[in-house]
Amino acid sequence: MDLSYTDEELAFRDEVRAFMRDELPKEMSDKIRLGDELGKEGQEKWHAILNSKGWLAPNWPKKFGGAEWNAVQRHIFEEEAAAHHAPRIVPFGLSMLAPVLQKFGSKEQQDYWLPRLLEGKDWWCQGYSEPGAGSDLASLKTRAVREGDHYIVNGQKTWTTLGQHANMIFCLVRTDPDVKQQEGISFLLIDMNTPGIEVRPIILLDGTHEVNEVFFDDVKVPVENLVGEENKGWTYAKYLLTHERTNIAGVGFSQAGLNTVKRIARAEMAGGKPLMANPHFAARVAQVEIDLKAMATSNMRIISAAAAGGAPGVEASMLKVKGTIIRQEINDLARRAVGPYAMPFASEAIEGSNEALPDPHEAGPVAAQYFNNRKLSIFGGSNEIQRGIIAKVMMGGGQ
Amino acid sequence: MNFDLTEERQMLQDSLRRYLREKYSTATRNEILERPNGMSEEVWTQLAELGVIGAMFTEEQGGFGGAGFDIAVVFEELGRAGVIEPFMDSALIGGRILAACDKTDLVEEMIGGGLQLAVAHGEPTSRYDMSHVRTSVDGGKLNGRKAVVMNAENADHLIVSARASGDVADEAGIALYLVAKDAAGLTIQGYPLLAGGRAAEVTLDGVEGELLTEDGFAVLSDVMALATMAQCAETLGAMDTATRLTNDYLGTRKQFGRPIGTFQALAHRMADMLIEMEQARSAVINAAGNLREETRIRDMNISAAKNLLGRAGRLIAEESIQMHGGIAMTQEYELAHIAKRITMADHRFGDTDHHLERFIALSAA
Ligand SMILES: Cc1cc2nc3c(=O)[nH]c(=O)nc-3n(C[C@H](O)[C@H](O)[C@H](O)COP(=O)(O)OP(=O)(O)OC[C@H]3O[C@@H](n4cnc5c(N)ncnc54)[C@H](O)[C@@H]3O)c2cc1C
Repeated sequence: MDLSYTDEELAFRDEVRAFMRDELPKEMSDKIRLGDELGKEGQEKWHAILNSKGWLAPNWPKKFGGAEWNAVQRHIFEEEAAAHHAPRIVPFGLSMLAPVLQKFGSKEQQDYWLPRLLEGKDWWCQGYSEPGAGSDLASLKTRAVREGDHYIVNGQKTWTTLGQHANMIFCLVRTDPDVKQQEGISFLLIDMNTPGIEVRPIILLDGTHEVNEVFFDDVKVPVENLVGEENKGWTYAKYLLTHERTNIAGVGFSQAGLNTVKRIARAEMAGGKPLMANPHFAARVAQVEIDLKAMATSNMRIISAAAAGGAPGVEASMLKVKGTIIRQEINDLARRAVGPYAMPFASEAIEGSNEALPDPHEAGPVAAQYFNNRKLSIFGGSNEIQRGIIAKVMMGGGQ
Repeated sequence: MNFDLTEERQMLQDSLRRYLREKYSTATRNEILERPNGMSEEVWTQLAELGVIGAMFTEEQGGFGGAGFDIAVVFEELGRAGVIEPFMDSALIGGRILAACDKTDLVEEMIGGGLQLAVAHGEPTSRYDMSHVRTSVDGGKLNGRKAVVMNAENADHLIVSARASGDVADEAGIALYLVAKDAAGLTIQGYPLLAGGRAAEVTLDGVEGELLTEDGFAVLSDVMALATMAQCAETLGAMDTATRLTNDYLGTRKQFGRPIGTFQALAHRMADMLIEMEQARSAVINAAGNLREETRIRDMNISAAKNLLGRAGRLIAEESIQMHGGIAMTQEYELAHIAKRITMADHRFGDTDHHLERFIALSAA
């Protein structure tokens, strides 16, 4: 048992640190620290910076142009990225679709789509959920009917994250309605500029435009955009989900968030003393910190097992549940810490003046983030669904 | 003991609930949320005509209510519908301060629906400490900065607290002034609030005001007791809406071929929410029913309610969103607004921890 990083891992961490220090533009990290949106251009710029270092696709095999990092390296990168307030890597194309194409895609699909992903030529979004198919994804209804060289797609997807920026969407569609639900689903790549597609914004409760509804009305999709075999889409979708769950614990985000909470609470005064010296607030912070320390080790234990070849199964569900609880608790502490200044909306300047919104601690819109991050326990398989998996597997069902 | 509302209060509750159900739909409210002044004058006037403001004042003050339960009834209904018009800050806090300072004409105007007020008391570093006042008064001129002043831009007059004597956190030596909205040296920088309505940072640079009282703390602590109780009632109403929406949704939303409420993992949590609702209702009744008791008893009940509502409110807001799934995350859906109202209420008049500490201190006294 050795809880410290090896020399090699430490050297890697130093390299990542130096990269973040030298290459991460300050205006980007400032935006992320204050909870602002980077926008499409900013996000693409960050991808390009990572790509020029060969770090845009940490989980891809080298033969496809990836960094082929092991799980510990990936973890180190994620931790340093969060600590330096680096933008996220938009996951839909690079870490969700790409592994599916690498494993199940045709040679033509791999040769065409994978380099474009690294070069930032396409922005992908994920078309899984539908109004009637959330947790029960296999009940999805969007229909694709083969007609000659095309599929004709009709139906609706929803909650499509950043679909407003996307030119491509990967979709689960129903190709056979007469068999068991899971056996009639296919995996299609659809060009968002095809006639018959309409994207409508959904505004979230914190005022952000992050998700969309996507409507399909007789949309023609060439058959070469089918991934793998017809009616085998559920298998690919499940494979993709295991990749959706990397960095699922969000330890780096939690650590960065906790540091922010402490910074605010040292400056904020309550009853003539810093809030951090208030026993009730200090106890709340300590409680989360204790949980986070254990979580970080759980995360490393599971990651090391995965690095050694064991596949994280039910443990990933455990990390998801506890990791999101901790992140949400930290968001809650941040909104408590700023007191009455949690109430103002948005991070723009006050109308009619150049002054920033009142925010004595430069905390950013912490209450908006608190609300936005309620999503963490809903998407990617809700925490209830994860608990169901844990119980089923551990109580004797197998996976 | 009798827990029924009096006939007058029952009538007020019924008419207010009917009005809000018919005239204050989610769509209407969401449209008002987008308005530059953050409110609807029409709703304000019509609610004043219904007697909503009059119910906040005693007969001697020109109203027809003014007791704890009158105020609780009104604010519970406002909370149930997620009303964003500034009844709390303008009518209740502003109006009752003026009533305590015998500004009879202005109170009459307020009850008629023709006046808007703002109370500029909190400061950038005061957090929830009511006696923390740094804004100074010198030769009748006010200097300082006030933080997150609700309704400041719409107000005809601001009520400003200032330190006439003593140290920054002393209860003695806080005076209250009435300042006209166009007074020289007054700067108001407004912004929207996350849960609706608007507030502002107010800067006073040699502003002249009319002295209302030299014993500002006594007035403030009485009025803030009322307001904190009213806030609890408002949050109770909002929690009731969240609970009802969630209950309905669990019965209608189907996944895996059955209503999600049939999953025991959700059903038990729904039951917990309903249990907490009963606790919250009782805590508000305790607070409203003890408003005329001696200060220590009054404040213990108020702090108990604010602490309990803070905890139960968080549970209900978070669980309601979680058990709805994605739909609750959308601005268009009623629950999104209601959940924000519940959570942001924890940032007014002292949060859950503040009132826990106050309860401990009062219990030991
Ligand atoms: C911000 C955001 C971004 C998203 N981005 C995307 C995206 O890019 N692409 C995409 O395809 N999807 C996306 N989603 C959709 C997300 O995956 C779904 O919201 C999620 O699957 C839950 O589905 P639902 O919202 O329909 O809730 P429902 O499935 O209706 O669930 C409602 C409640 O019931 C519970 N529940 C359901 N079944 C059970 C059960 N068997 N036992 C116990 N409890 C149960 C749930 O846990 C939840 O609490 C996003 C969602 C959000 C909020």
